[in-house]
Amino acid sequence: MKLHLKIWRQKNAQDPGGFVDYDLDGVSPDSSFLEMLDLLNEELIAKGQEPVAFDHDCREGICGMCSLMINGVPHGQDREPIKQITACQLHMRHFRDGETVVIEPWRARAFPVIKDLIVDRSAFDRIIQAGGYISVSTGSAPEANAIPIGKKDADKAMDAAACIGCGACVAACPNASAMLFVGAKVAQLSYLPQGQIERYDRVVNMVNAMDAEGFGGCTNTGECEAACPKEISLDFIARMNSELIKANLKGGR
Amino acid sequence: MMNIDEIQVAEETLNSAVPKGPIHEKWDQHRFEMKLVSPANRRKFTIIVVGSGLAGASAAASLGEMGYNVHCFFYQDSARRAHSVAAQGGINAAKNYRNDGDSIFRLFYDTVKGGDYRSREANVYRLAQVSNAIIDQCVAQGVPFAREYGGLLANRSFGGAQVSRTFYARGQTGQQLLLGAYQALQRQAHAGTVKLYPRTEMLDLIIINGRAQGIVTRNMVTGELKTYLGDAVVLATGGYGNAYFLSTNAKGSNATAIWRAYKRGAYFANPCFVQIHPTCIPPSGEHQSKLTLMSESLRNDGRIWVPRRAGDTRPPNEIPEEERYYYLEEKYPSFGNLVPRDVASRNAKAVVDAGHGVGELRNGVYLDFKDAIQRLGKEVIKDRYGNLFDMYTSITGEDPYETPMRIYPAVHYTMGGLWVDYNLMSNIPGLFVIGEANFSDHGANRLGASALMQGLADGYFILPYTLANYLAQAGPGDAEMSHSAVKDAQLFVQDKIDKLLSVNGKRSVLHFHRELGKVLWDFVGMARNDEGLRHALKRIPEIRAEFWEDVRVPGSAADLNQSLELAGRVADFLELGELLALDALYRTESCGAHFREESQTEEGEALRDDENFSFVSAWEFTGDDQTPRLHKEPLVFEYVKLSQRSYK
Repeated sequence: MKLHLKIWRQKNAQDPGGFVDYDLDGVSPDSSFLEMLDLLNEELIAKGQEPVAFDHDCREGICGMCSLMINGVPHGQDREPIKQITACQLHMRHFRDGETVVIEPWRARAFPVIKDLIVDRSAFDRIIQAGGYISVSTGSAPEANAIPIGKKDADKAMDAAACIGCGACVAACPNASAMLFVGAKVAQLSYLPQGQIERYDRVVNMVNAMDAEGFGGCTNTGECEAACPKEISLDFIARMNSELIKANLKGGR
Repeated sequence: MMNIDEIQVAEETLNSAVPKGPIHEKWDQHRFEMKLVSPANRRKFTIIVVGSGLAGASAAASLGEMGYNVHCFFYQDSARRAHSVAAQGGINAAKNYRNDGDSIFRLFYDTVKGGDYRSREANVYRLAQVSNAIIDQCVAQGVPFAREYGGLLANRSFGGAQVSRTFYARGQTGQQLLLGAYQALQRQAHAGTVKLYPRTEMLDLIIINGRAQGIVTRNMVTGELKTYLGDAVVLATGGYGNAYFLSTNAKGSNATAIWRAYKRGAYFANPCFVQIHPTCIPPSGEHQSKLTLMSESLRNDGRIWVPRRAGDTRPPNEIPEEERYYYLEEKYPSFGNLVPRDVASRNAKAVVDAGHGVGELRNGVYLDFKDAIQRLGKEVIKDRYGNLFDMYTSITGEDPYETPMRIYPAVHYTMGGLWVDYNLMSNIPGLFVIGEANFSDHGANRLGASALMQGLADGYFILPYTLANYLAQAGPGDAEMSHSAVKDAQLFVQDKIDKLLSVNGKRSVLHFHRELGKVLWDFVGMARNDEGLRHALKRIPEIRAEFWEDVRVPGSAADLNQSLELAGRVADFLELGELLALDALYRTESCGAHFREESQTEEGEALRDDENFSFVSAWEFTGDDQTPRLHKEPLVFEYVKLSQRSYK
């Protein structure tokens, strides 16, 4: 199949950047979206041009490295009947022959563009560093079955823990808010007995770190949930807000 | 180019430094005998850790907690993305929570047997011993393992085992364990004991006065080359499966760190032991860039079959039961669909080669859930494998609840890697190698759910002890930036980058990578023979020569340049692939994943030659295009009785 591509090209963080048009022929409907970009890059290299830089690694939807805005939708997941996947799992059979496809990087102040479609998401790491863990040093753990955890809570914790840290939630949000990402980690650890001790400090510290990184506030548009390839629920934002209120009542930092 | 007839075998065998005493006392005794570094002195030691997967992150976090000054380097933008994240099925431990006859000794025994008696007994025993502490540690970190309704941990059985000892977190066990280790690592980054270097790749190892004391790195955003010095270097950079081009590895997974270490003198052990995983989605065409694994836990409930008649192109639901060939269940009545990976892979190849393949390209076999859905209901199957089924649907456009999955083997894991002794130290003092990057515990074939166990065992519970023992004895390093070895490594790295950019040929890096991969897959893949391996040994140096004459690497070195990154990695694979073929040619026996057609039983199983090949092959670099020197580590089995594996 044939495609008209409009791809954001930007030399580096300082460059203003802009769209460049490419026509691509011979795309297999069975190839993935990233394999389509591989094909484009092979053609560019053959023509002596610089290929399009984009982040990718596992190509099986779990590492969270790929980060493409496709026709204005993170990971291009608006194509029926598919939903809730990463760009590496999106296959070209869901596109029309001759379709125009616009490809951009994530857009958010806290995710500056590094080159072309690659952005800097290190803000997420810094938020986790602020408290997204249980402080247990190696060797000091009790026997694993010493503390039973109800299946319901364990399942909810797992639902929240499924986040892959790709940043689609931020890219989808009109405010570039990171509430879903932060909410998922706060919620996961709040459901588990092991997470109780640091529960209130954690939420306060992580929310402060999120604000310091320049992410926007949450106005309940729900775009993040719709864009999340791992179906992380908005309920976790509610959970985080309730944790935060409790923390403030208890005089958390 | 390497020549099988020119191999020189070192007279002295390698010393594995296994402690004396009964196997169940070795590690405890060794822990007592090892030297310690006192808490006050630890921050004076700088440890370089390369890689942030299960092994690297757990090691870096643990060493940071202990008080060492740790630097952790990785090529991804975040440590959370290392490819351990993709492991689906689970992690083994000898907890015996199911009361079904498991024990440390049984986990040890199964692992040695599963590895077809080509692993070091003492290492495997220790692995089984620390397996339980790993589960404790991960639960304490908040890893949401699957649980029973009573709130206690759930288990399942996994390929090659007759007990339920596998812990899991839906189909995302690797992700959850990695996030546990990642969070421990971030906690140390916050505490200032660990400094993280994302988007940074190691391009050379620095050895000064016989000790590994530093690395040369490239910042993948700015292109800046930088040297870091330390008192010890830990490589946790994973395996070399991407040499085959198509594999289940992440696209960025590469062997450059271990290959540079090899070229600086570290021995490379058992490179031909490459695991081909039986349950992956078959390629759909030329565009294929990687293969996706479907966890082998699916084999617990799925039944594998092909049409009994070769060339039968009817859709699966039109093939009546009696015309379906459940080849694993028929050939191996006691293990059925749960035979070890190598056995499952070879049998899939045999039926596809015989014309029974399914799918449009006739390149797969069916994995059918119809019976399980009838028996347990769709909801139970969805609960167990929902995300895997969704992934399958998004890739193939087919619904496995309605029509059987198509699967075929793919390169998945490399049991070979840098040689290490019992202390996980290579033959170069101060160079430690952990996780998939070393060769140690899986012998010629790794059992399912054992990779996560080994990565975390090495990083959490073994390296922190053995590294201290080394530092306590060797003392602080004496490296200085002005040393000639530093300059030498820097020059080498700069020179290689300049060369790659200046060839300015006509063909892309990808072209050469595909070509190498095809040769390795066809001749050094699931079944190998003398003629094919000799062909590969001739062909790989030719591809390498063409690469250096005709590769085109666009862009500059002073910038983010993904073509340049790939070019450096493929250049190394083009060398490593040759060693892989040489090792496979030298080992004329079959064992585990290494199947030499010349050496098989009447039933078509791998036939070992214990008399002549009960050793680890450790190769020493002797110069570019030279035949490497072979060192042997004899394998002695005192506790496990060697037998012909039989899963009938």
